Amino acid sequence: MTTTTTEKPVNNGVNVEALFGAPEALTKAPEGAKFKWRASCEWMKGTQSRSTVDSFYGLGAEQKHKTKFSFDSDHPEVFASEDTGATPVEIVLAGLAGCLTAGIAAVAQARNIQLRSVKATLEAGMDIRGILGADPDVRNGFDGIKVTYKIDADASPDDIKAIVAQSQKRSAVYDIITNPTNVTVEVK
Amino acid sequence: MRTTTAVIGAGQAGLAMSWWLARRSIDHVVLERGEVANSWKTERWDSLTLLTPNWQSRLPGYGYEGNDPDGFRTMPETIGFIEKYAEIISAPIRNHTRVTSVRRRCGGYEVVTDQGTWQCETVVLATGACNVPTVPAIAEAVPPAIRTLTPLTYRNPDQLEAGGVLVVGASASGVQIADEIQRSGRPVTLAVGEHVRVPRVYRGKDIKWWMDASGVLDQRYDEVDDIVRARNVPSLQLAGYADRRAIDLNSLTSIGVKLVGRLAGVNGGKAQFSGSLRNVCALADLKMNRLLDTIDVWAKENGLDRQVGPAHRFDPTAVEESPPLLLDLTPGKIKTIIWATGFRPDYSWLDVPVLDHKGQIRHDGGVVETPGLYLLGMPFLRRRKSSLIDGVGDDARDLSAHLASHLRDRAFSRPELIAAKG
Repeated sequence: MTTTTTEKPVNNGVNVEALFGAPEALTKAPEGAKFKWRASCEWMKGTQSRSTVDSFYGLGAEQKHKTKFSFDSDHPEVFASEDTGATPVEIVLAGLAGCLTAGIAAVAQARNIQLRSVKATLEAGMDIRGILGADPDVRNGFDGIKVTYKIDADASPDDIKAIVAQSQKRSAVYDIITNPTNVTVEVK
Repeated sequence: MRTTTAVIGAGQAGLAMSWWLARRSIDHVVLERGEVANSWKTERWDSLTLLTPNWQSRLPGYGYEGNDPDGFRTMPETIGFIEKYAEIISAPIRNHTRVTSVRRRCGGYEVVTDQGTWQCETVVLATGACNVPTVPAIAEAVPPAIRTLTPLTYRNPDQLEAGGVLVVGASASGVQIADEIQRSGRPVTLAVGEHVRVPRVYRGKDIKWWMDASGVLDQRYDEVDDIVRARNVPSLQLAGYADRRAIDLNSLTSIGVKLVGRLAGVNGGKAQFSGSLRNVCALADLKMNRLLDTIDVWAKENGLDRQVGPAHRFDPTAVEESPPLLLDLTPGKIKTIIWATGFRPDYSWLDVPVLDHKGQIRHDGGVVETPGLYLLGMPFLRRRKSSLIDGVGDDARDLSAHLASHLRDRAFSRPELIAAKG
């Protein structure tokens, strides 16, 4: 290791002691690991709706965000919509980017690597004949997602790649997107 | 019947323990459900060779004496090697003796077999890590017309119907089986999850030579950051071919094997693969390069740079732009699925409460929390090499020493035992 006593301690602002100590604590109390994530949504008008997140369940108790967050979604004018919010598929991309980037910060902290800047651009292809029902052989969703990171950090290119790879390995949203999930939609 | 120690299983682990017990003058029996080297005889496919070179099969008081130290033993040669060891050390083996129960009794253990019951002070579990194939729950959704096999039931490609084969899992078993089935003319799709890529030969030396010489294989269980993770690392992508050629995802792609992501689901007759193929390949390439970096540093520090070939790196794993995410299992293109998805031990006969929530034995380097009970021959039990034929001897030495001291403590605390024996 090249660490010397004069170097500033690595600080990416992630409390890894709390984060990485959790698996041990949760092995002793596995019921605490069961989380429930929630969102609610209300139709505004046209293709516009407003989703809010407020409470969730975890560590054996009801939990609350410090603030209620809301996300307006709509569709752009090329879809003959009013474009009052992000397209839902763009919110999916934002979710993936947020998850991977948080993971990068945490993994870098755990590996004692100081990050200076982390920037991602995401692009996802989609053939809209799927959602328009114009061609039954075309799927509705993305035909692929490309994420490009630019990272400035005190580490070799391979070490940076390893952080990004590890972040994908441990990312919830990456898993949700790359693997099938059963979805149940009910009407009450 | 009475003995001091019952060793369960007469494979390399049970025999190495027998050698050490004999050396420590501890009275024991080795109970074997079949015959010596039973799993090697009955649960391996025909073409399998050992993944470690011939020289690297050192058992206590025994080693390789042939003239091909860098070669890889076939199954008959492996069986012969272990049988000869059993004979040389005159291990007290009871063949065709299946253990049906092990339970605590009077501070010691009662071992019930189909050939009678043994009372003993101590028990060594040497039944191996690969008793039962681990097949994921999604296997139940596979259409019934498709034949499914595991590495324990697969023998050779001739056993399979003509047509496509889906091999699930790309560790040692999966890649070797995929290679020979593809070469038999049956097109193989290989579902790839996390795996460990290593070259067979690096800088002119076998990878196992590097790992042995540099001390990687001797790394102890109490020296690693995360032993749970280390014990669950998939087996290395290796084969022991006579020509020492490498096997990896690139070599499989070059003969026509189709790579897809981890098998994530089977729904409506379709197999669904994860979109994570690119990342699991990137993880494996990066990890391999870190191992090669370690080797290069060690070679330099030990003045070997002039004696071995030049340092270099291998091509990254090639992944096609958009690997397929779905495979229709209904129209008969895929005739066979082989679940090369790992193994687990079978402790259904163990009536001592030492299993964790995942059905694994709780132990500290093979010392089980119930006094007098020991575990041997498991991945990273005490060292990285613990699951190798070459690694079990050191573990058997350590654990037999612990076992001997346990017997001494017990004798001091219970003088009536000494009296009874006298």
